[in-house]
Amino acid sequence: MLVIALAGAAALLALAAIAAISAGATAAPRIVYGTSLVIATVSLVEAATQLLGWAAPQTLTLPFGVPWLGAHFHLDALSAFFLVVVDLGAASTSLFALGYGRHEQAPQRVLPFYAAFLAGMTLVLLADDAFTFVLSWEFMSLTSWALVTAHHRVPENVRAGYVYLVMASFGTLALLLAFGVLAGPDGHYVFSQMRATHPAAALGALALVLALIGAGSKAGIVPLHAWLPLAHPAAPSQVSALMSGVMTKVAIYGFVRIVLDLAGAPAWWWSIPVLTLGGITAVLGVLYALMQHDLKRLLAYHTVENIGIIFIGLGLALAFKAYGMPAAAALALTAALLHVFNHSLFKSLLFFGTGAVLTATGERDMEHLGGLIRRMPQTAFVFLVGCAAISALPPLNGFVSEWLTFQAILLSPHLPSWGLKLLVPAVGALLALAAALAAACFVKAYGITFLGRPRTSAAAAAAETDGFSLAAMFLLAALCLIAGILPGLFIDALAPVSWVLIGARMPVQIGVPWLSIVPIAQSRSSYDGLLVFLFMIISGGLAASAIHRFASDRLRRAPAWDCGYSDASPATQYTAMSFAQPIRRVFGSFVFRARERGEMPPPGDMRAARLSVELHDPVWETLYAPLAAFVGFGAERLNRLQFLTIRQFLSLVFAALVALLLVLALWS
Amino acid sequence: MSRIDFDIAHLLAGSLVLISFLELYQDRLYALLNVYALHALTLAASVAWQAFIQDAPHLYVTAAIALFFKAIVIPVALHRIIVRLGIHRQIDKVVGVGSAMLAGIGLVALSMVVTLRATYGVESLARQDLAFALSVVLLGLLMMVTRRNAVGQVVGFMSLENGLVLAATGARGMPLVVEISVAFSILIAFIVIGIFLFRIRERFDSVDLQALDQFRGER
Repeated sequence: MLVIALAGAAALLALAAIAAISAGATAAPRIVYGTSLVIATVSLVEAATQLLGWAAPQTLTLPFGVPWLGAHFHLDALSAFFLVVVDLGAASTSLFALGYGRHEQAPQRVLPFYAAFLAGMTLVLLADDAFTFVLSWEFMSLTSWALVTAHHRVPENVRAGYVYLVMASFGTLALLLAFGVLAGPDGHYVFSQMRATHPAAALGALALVLALIGAGSKAGIVPLHAWLPLAHPAAPSQVSALMSGVMTKVAIYGFVRIVLDLAGAPAWWWSIPVLTLGGITAVLGVLYALMQHDLKRLLAYHTVENIGIIFIGLGLALAFKAYGMPAAAALALTAALLHVFNHSLFKSLLFFGTGAVLTATGERDMEHLGGLIRRMPQTAFVFLVGCAAISALPPLNGFVSEWLTFQAILLSPHLPSWGLKLLVPAVGALLALAAALAAACFVKAYGITFLGRPRTSAAAAAAETDGFSLAAMFLLAALCLIAGILPGLFIDALAPVSWVLIGARMPVQIGVPWLSIVPIAQSRSSYDGLLVFLFMIISGGLAASAIHRFASDRLRRAPAWDCGYSDASPATQYTAMSFAQPIRRVFGSFVFRARERGEMPPPGDMRAARLSVELHDPVWETLYAPLAAFVGFGAERLNRLQFLTIRQFLSLVFAALVALLLVLALWS
Repeated sequence: MSRIDFDIAHLLAGSLVLISFLELYQDRLYALLNVYALHALTLAASVAWQAFIQDAPHLYVTAAIALFFKAIVIPVALHRIIVRLGIHRQIDKVVGVGSAMLAGIGLVALSMVVTLRATYGVESLARQDLAFALSVVLLGLLMMVTRRNAVGQVVGFMSLENGLVLAATGARGMPLVVEISVAFSILIAFIVIGIFLFRIRERFDSVDLQALDQFRGER
């Protein structure tokens, strides 16, 4: 199994090389995406068999990399689960791109990096020593950076690429240090050796903080999320789906691997930063999203929100594990991992939908769209499924994982520490707020884009997208529904992972009557997605047929009363900005210092009245701008070094050498 | 190893350090070149002695290279360069003799402390040799830093390299390939620097590096 996964990664690398040579050919997109689809499907089947069959972990050492270390690879339940997520995302994205990729202007800048990016993500999951891990991680970052700057003529994309590159190197540095801390003075860089050396709690906490910075910056934890809403939308849509839906999950894998697996037994206070940051990330992510009217950027901010939800689950798992409550820890971990899986499904789906809209209209700005449900009915339907899933509405999959997270939060009174007893409900309140705001946000995203009347001629002339793209979207929508109505299957599939990390698993769900799920005990809580689904289908069908039966034949056609206005222009509809206004007034005024300014021309002036909104990004202004100013100041000072004489350069080298020798001489 | 073998090796390596100090002390370029030739000669003797006591015939090749190139070819060539440039009367020092010597003594002490501590438990010949070699390297660097004239810096660089060869031959089992490649790289560096000297001279009518700095718009 491991060999096949590795061979898949190698094949993807070879494919990248082929793509680099033959990207000019007209058949190149078909070949690259088609081959990626096949490779990802094979790897997906293998990983799923490994996970579902409770197969024993496999390891493999290849003789390259650092000479005395070699390259270690492994496939255990955790890797297998994330491999399923990555391969499912890769397969559906390749399927989507078979159709969507035809519209690509510069395929030679996308195709080679696409295949290499997939290979990089796979290798991160398979790595079994710190060197291979960091190398693959950096490879993944660099290839995705190349994809972000694929359309490099757009100045925004160049800036996004720059910010991404800076943040990615910073994150990798933190990861490097985390592994350094865990490797200890003897330099145990192989994961199995790291696991065997139990670091002190303080060192473990240091590794936790570094992992939170390193993996968190890749996943998009506030305040390290700054690059994410710039970079994800800048890439071509299929890559946006991969970055948002899959790469953030690889980052979460890195965090889980380091903190729950390698860092040894957790202390209870490790969970505090994870929970706090998770709660803040969830709420701030969705608030940012509400302020956006660029569809792709809105989705990218929602990724930030969902990462927050996942981190809340992980923080709870840490707390429960530290207090020796394995059943509760298994529940929290399963909830987080299930949300990882679910989010990869519906976020890919939504980005595909956005890509379809982008191809059909050439627009990402919601204010220029509208009425697409008539022009693109199938895309509109699957996009609606995705919106309902990400808004955590039953019977879809988003509800299940968020409900499980709440179940874990409701167990917090059993925690012995008062700090956590107070913190966890507060985080739960933040989570509830984020969930509600997310629903509002997707009402906005769907309503403004697909309902109403077209706001521009481009939106009015849109046509339904191609068959491959629709197939990929329907596949993901179907998976969203299946995971929503049969969650027990997926919870049971996650049991090996929590068995590896926690040493416990959630109760077996498959035998529960009526296919409902029971996270703790029947007396406490249960949820049955299938019943909810059937109830909705039956009641909805009854209502529809009743209306049709009793109301349709009472239909009378008459001129509508138009309130005295003749044919209102599309501009009189709700806009994205006006829809978000109540929330902007409640939350935005103190989070974003939002100021609205209405500009009313004086009587007699024929200009249109204007409403403009001024927003301040709190994270950017309080954290990044001062930091950038400081770095700029330092660089300005250091610039003088460039104008030294040759002798002074030599003296610098000499002084450095002597100083190092002095340190060596005075050391201990 | 017998007592006398060790003593002679020690003596030669020690004289190399002493000659480094002599180099540091010289004002005039001709005198500096002569001392450098002596430096290279001592190195050749030291390497040959190592070859003898280690029974390593390939080290004789290294000694021959040192003798031929470093003690004869390079000093003669530099001599001719100085003549052709007409700079034999120049004094090129940035730091005074006294402070340079004091700094040099400090460096030797430092390298002793570092090496003796770092190589604890190694056979004593290698330890002493390494300490001396590090001193020679550091003194060469010091010379490069304290000379203003490009020729002086070349000599500093060459004696630094002598220190490297001393270290390499003191350690048992250093392959000949490494020594030859080091020797040839130094020769190539010498050629490149020589060409540069004439280029600089053509451009600026001086080999004083300050002229370069002025050209770059230094403060």
